[in-house]
Amino acid sequence: MLHGPARHAGPDPASGYKTRLGVVMFIIYCVVYTGFVMLNVLSEGRTMQVIVFGGLNLAVVYGFGLIVFALVLALIYNRLCTQKERELSGCDGAEEVGS
Amino acid sequence: MNLHGTPLSIIIFALFVAAVLFLSFFFARKAKSAAGYYAAGGQIHWAVNGISFAGDYLSAASFLGICGMIATLGYDGFLYSIGYLAGWVVALFVVAEPMKRMGKFTFTDALDAKFDSRGIKLTAAISTLVVSICYLIPQMNGAGSLVEPLLGLPHWVGVILVGAIVIVIVSAAGMTSTTYVQFLKGGLLLIFSTILVGFVLSRGLSTEPVGLDDGAPGGEMTVQATESQLQEQGYALLHTTGSLLKYDRDGATTWWKREADGTLWRAQWSSGDQVNGVAGGVLEPVGRLRQIGGMSAAEAADGTGAVGPLAFLAHLTHPDTRVEQWQKQAVTDEKGAKYAVYSPKTVSGTDEMKPGVKFKVHTTTEKLNFVSLMMALFFGTAALPHILIRYYTVPSPACARKSTIVAIASIGFFYVLTLFLGLGAAVNGTVNPADNNMSAPLLAMSFGGVLFAVISAIAFATVLGTVAGLIVAASGAVAHDLMDRFGRMELTDRQKVRAGKIAAFAVGIVAIVLGIVFRGVNVSFLVGWAFAVAASANLPAILMLLFWKRTTAAGIVASIIVGIVSSLGIILTGPEMFAGPYGLTAEQAWHPLGQPGIISIPLSFLALIVVSLVTKNRRVAEAA
Repeated sequence: MLHGPARHAGPDPASGYKTRLGVVMFIIYCVVYTGFVMLNVLSEGRTMQVIVFGGLNLAVVYGFGLIVFALVLALIYNRLCTQKERELSGCDGAEEVGS
Repeated sequence: MNLHGTPLSIIIFALFVAAVLFLSFFFARKAKSAAGYYAAGGQIHWAVNGISFAGDYLSAASFLGICGMIATLGYDGFLYSIGYLAGWVVALFVVAEPMKRMGKFTFTDALDAKFDSRGIKLTAAISTLVVSICYLIPQMNGAGSLVEPLLGLPHWVGVILVGAIVIVIVSAAGMTSTTYVQFLKGGLLLIFSTILVGFVLSRGLSTEPVGLDDGAPGGEMTVQATESQLQEQGYALLHTTGSLLKYDRDGATTWWKREADGTLWRAQWSSGDQVNGVAGGVLEPVGRLRQIGGMSAAEAADGTGAVGPLAFLAHLTHPDTRVEQWQKQAVTDEKGAKYAVYSPKTVSGTDEMKPGVKFKVHTTTEKLNFVSLMMALFFGTAALPHILIRYYTVPSPACARKSTIVAIASIGFFYVLTLFLGLGAAVNGTVNPADNNMSAPLLAMSFGGVLFAVISAIAFATVLGTVAGLIVAASGAVAHDLMDRFGRMELTDRQKVRAGKIAAFAVGIVAIVLGIVFRGVNVSFLVGWAFAVAASANLPAILMLLFWKRTTAAGIVASIIVGIVSSLGIILTGPEMFAGPYGLTAEQAWHPLGQPGIISIPLSFLALIVVSLVTKNRRVAEAA
């Protein structure tokens, strides 16, 4: 069952929407990631040692935040993409959208 | 304490190997076609593929390397975790679905989908091979280094053992068996890393942690004294270099580190075959807390007891907490003899838990290097060929997307765990000062033989899973991109499979030879090369192909060539190579940049744009 020929992708009516959404999400994350890098560079690490929450400093909170934020954005992206795929194809499952 | 394998660790590793070999031969009967061999038939479930991504991506560099760096450098090691995970955002939002839509078996397929250019086939295949070989060498070398202490076998046996197993896995059923090996490994790594972190938190923090052989990790290596006390005890000062002092007592040499308050801490040393004065001896594991912020010395010795994850980090971040960070220094004594001295430096919780030990950002060069590194980590992941080929194993672009989300969740969770594993090793006396890569297995050992056996077996499995993915990517570049498509050999489906298996065997042999040749050489920097080359050579080509309709085949070829040459050129002429492998000094380097991304990535984009504009008659008429 798992090893038949690879499926050939067909047209994806949601492709344009997903590309635009992906670029927006990428830019949002890129800004937050760049903020982390530049904050460290410009303040030479001093800002990173500020305690911000529950005894944790900004370095730890921002670092964990970047990891969690990536997952949150990913889930939102998937939700919106799946909705659009269903809307444009009339299928129940995203896997059947194909392309 | 000498690390040595237990029968249980050998049994668990043997069981894992038996399981993956069984899977390989089981699937071999079902992977007769090229699609089956190179892309697992494109029928892997997205959830399985997501965990397999984790098994593919979380190499020894992640599991052993990052934990080790955090154990010795504190938060700086965690920067790699952040950067490696952030790279998956690029993969999800920009690369995943188009790569699945355009490609067939390899990364080159996707780049060449609109052009059918021999130049793209050749340069993308070369880029794949450069990145894969850079990634392979540390993995194979690491396999030998793991086998030596854990199974008591010579380094070369470990390299051949791992190489042979992976060749069998890949040759038997290609991407199909590789997928399930990576799935198995990824799942085990997540489960047992979580368990190990659970043990660390349940033990809590203490200035006198228990666990290793004698119940006092670090043993005599945490001895503290003053100069006058040493003189009273008959120690004679022979030599001083910086803050390091060499003493002799009854013919026995000891090195001590003087801290700012005048306190001396016993250091460890090696010179020739002598380690702490014993021929063929081993260094003691080290690393402990000297004070826990907000607690008296007696309370800190009793420890916090079990703590939650946030409390664990908060205790360590406290400004009054004091942590040992062990450093290696090369020194020469009064007779001209060379020593490697490993000594502790006391840092505050504030300094332990913020960037700045390894990645300093005071000078312009340091800032550029830091930005450059974070750029390479961010842009490199989505352009690693062995990662990209996993997108062809799922049925649809939607499944590619979903599997990437599973990968982000599982890999992100693992990288959060690395902070606890690394810090756990740092404060439980489980850091080998000469080789911090063994911090995670040593930490497991402090909780007993069973956990050590499992973690050691998983460390082997980590190498197997990643090496299998790399060999599939490299053999695909040779057999599919170069022989079949660039060489126009017009292979039949069956011949493509055979060519892939022969290429996998050949690449595996090359990997074994390189793993043995590079024995004893610290080649962990090659993983950084792989990311730098991938980010510089591959990602600009992928992004511009997707988002700039005027991209031409010649532009892509130029981008890849400029990316490879500039990134490797900057690295090879930089200070890290001069001070390291070349045996010269950092000042003799041609330039001060250690990380090429900040130059090579824009340069690659620029090359693509300029060459595409010059060759615009061959531009893409319409984006897909």
